[in-house]
Amino acid sequence: MKTLVLVEHDNQSMKDATLSVVTAASKLGEVHLLVAGSSCDAVAQEAAKVAGVGKVHVADDPAYEHGLAENVAPLIAGLMDHHDAFLAPATTTGKNIAPRVAAMLDVMQISDILSVEGEKTFTRPIYAGNAIATVESSDDKLVITVRGTAFDKAEAEGGSAEIEAIGGPGDAGVSSFVSADLAEGGDRPELTSANIIVSGGRALKDGETFEKIITPLADKLGAGIGASRAAVDAGYVPNDYQVGQTGKIVAPEVYIAIGISGAIQHLAGMKDSKTIIAINKDEDAPIFQVADIGLVADLYKAVPELTEKL
Amino acid sequence: MKILVPVKRVIDYNVKPRVKADGSGVDLANVKMSMNPFDEIAVEEAIRLKEAGKAEEIVAISVGPAKAQETLRTALAMGADRAILVETDDEVEPLAVAKILKAIAEEEQPGLVMLGKQAIDDDSNQTGQMLAALMQRPQGTFANTVEIDGDSVIVKREIDGGLETVKLTMPAIVTTDLRLNEPRYASLPNIMKAKKKSLDVKTPADYGVDTAKRLTTTNVAEPPVRQAGEKVEDVDALVMKMKALGIA
Ligand SMILES: Cc1cc2nc3c(=O)[nH]c(=O)nc-3n(C[C@H](O)[C@H](O)[C@H](O)COP(=O)(O)OP(=O)(O)OC[C@H]3O[C@@H](n4cnc5c(N)ncnc54)[C@H](O)[C@@H]3O)c2cc1C
Repeated sequence: MKTLVLVEHDNQSMKDATLSVVTAASKLGEVHLLVAGSSCDAVAQEAAKVAGVGKVHVADDPAYEHGLAENVAPLIAGLMDHHDAFLAPATTTGKNIAPRVAAMLDVMQISDILSVEGEKTFTRPIYAGNAIATVESSDDKLVITVRGTAFDKAEAEGGSAEIEAIGGPGDAGVSSFVSADLAEGGDRPELTSANIIVSGGRALKDGETFEKIITPLADKLGAGIGASRAAVDAGYVPNDYQVGQTGKIVAPEVYIAIGISGAIQHLAGMKDSKTIIAINKDEDAPIFQVADIGLVADLYKAVPELTEKL
Repeated sequence: MKILVPVKRVIDYNVKPRVKADGSGVDLANVKMSMNPFDEIAVEEAIRLKEAGKAEEIVAISVGPAKAQETLRTALAMGADRAILVETDDEVEPLAVAKILKAIAEEEQPGLVMLGKQAIDDDSNQTGQMLAALMQRPQGTFANTVEIDGDSVIVKREIDGGLETVKLTMPAIVTTDLRLNEPRYASLPNIMKAKKKSLDVKTPADYGVDTAKRLTTTNVAEPPVRQAGEKVEDVDALVMKMKALGIA
């Protein structure tokens, strides 16, 4: 089988999410990558080094600069004449583009796969991860999004794939990029690749308090910062901090939930973490049912003390 | 302008789903069902656009069993003007739902189709994007704000890195994210009024759509269960545990 993997990038460098998708694709067959962007040569060079990749298709066109689905999906659909499966990361980029490709090919997409069980058989979470379905496709081609935490990352170095420049249909003329308001990375690890995550919930009261309590602990541990939906809705932190069924799926070595009750929608995003630590003043909070280490305490006292003593 | 709002009847978000022992699916017998929360947000946004004078009519649509009429009545009670139920007892996949919606859109000629970004039962996150592809129209997924600007709609989207704003030529498809708005509750008088609003019942065949499944679910299993660990007495004990784990 010949697979095509969408490379996620910002026209300068490749995003890590791509590497897990390469691993999933390699279980199906030969792996080709697609870099669709503008002045994205550096990304193509990086993609060509990924171990196990046969070819990198590069579509360099201003129409692809911002990854607009209206422009990128027809490009991918065209390439699918020569590929059997299209795979994208289950990130907001992949989730935006892949179903558009699937419908163009008259294929039913398989979202957020956790494992490859056979040529056309996969497992995927449903009902906020409270059930795992095994599904088999009857379509001729496959369109798949891949859950990053479920597959190891392919080696970023060691490959030497051929790079092929390709043309594409260009601008569909129905949408345009206006602006982006992106979180500044700084030194803090990105949520989906952090080894340790400190997450805060509704109990943090407001943005200032969240910052005062959560950030020093995260700094001390070199951790990424996450949040519950309640904390995001209330405006303590931006939307990209949300961990859960409908936010980011994370599986760090250590996840520290502070003032988070443990609703099923939140657990869906973090229960595959290796070690879960919970600090909550309510000893019956559901988060303790999944926590390896629990501390029943007032976070306003416990967290500063913890930060100091670590 | 007309707005179509597809809504799905799903397990209530407060209910913890139970997997059937025979691996055939999730037990939905006697379980509370509600409108998919993201669809409620879509209905609310459509109503707000109408209240702001940007839209004239809101048509709620559901593809599902007869009971989905309740979901449509909820949309009508919130403020949708009329409803269409495309009735079927089969499980309909996002691709087939998108095909039905496309056929309805051809009849109704909406300026916007506003859907939830995902249904909380199958968690597919596909229908809006597929509909946009089939209609060959632009898509504003994971909307945080929606603003009509002449013939265009400006959508601020919630993306992994933060927020992104795109401008789409209408007709366009918008899928909602959690921060778009806080849906209203239907008032009792509006619930009464909703009973008199028009609700057409159709079938997938009326739209010439084959709903045969492309994906066969061969098994549905419980995820690995995590055991609760231990509780520690105080911060000092927690620090010890964390040190033992090699953190700090
Ligand atoms: C469609 C839909 C999608 C959703 N998606 C997500 C999602 O992706 N991610 C997500 O997180 N949620 C999601 N939710 C929301 C979810 O249902 C919960 O409402 C949310 O996770 C609750 O956040 P919380 O735990 O911060 O708040 P709460 O449930 O209010 O919990 C606050 C906790 O803080 C504790 N506390 C209070 N004060 C202190 C103190 N001083 N010291 C210590 N502890 C204290 C309390 O005991 C309580 O346990 C979704 C909901 C819906 C309907």
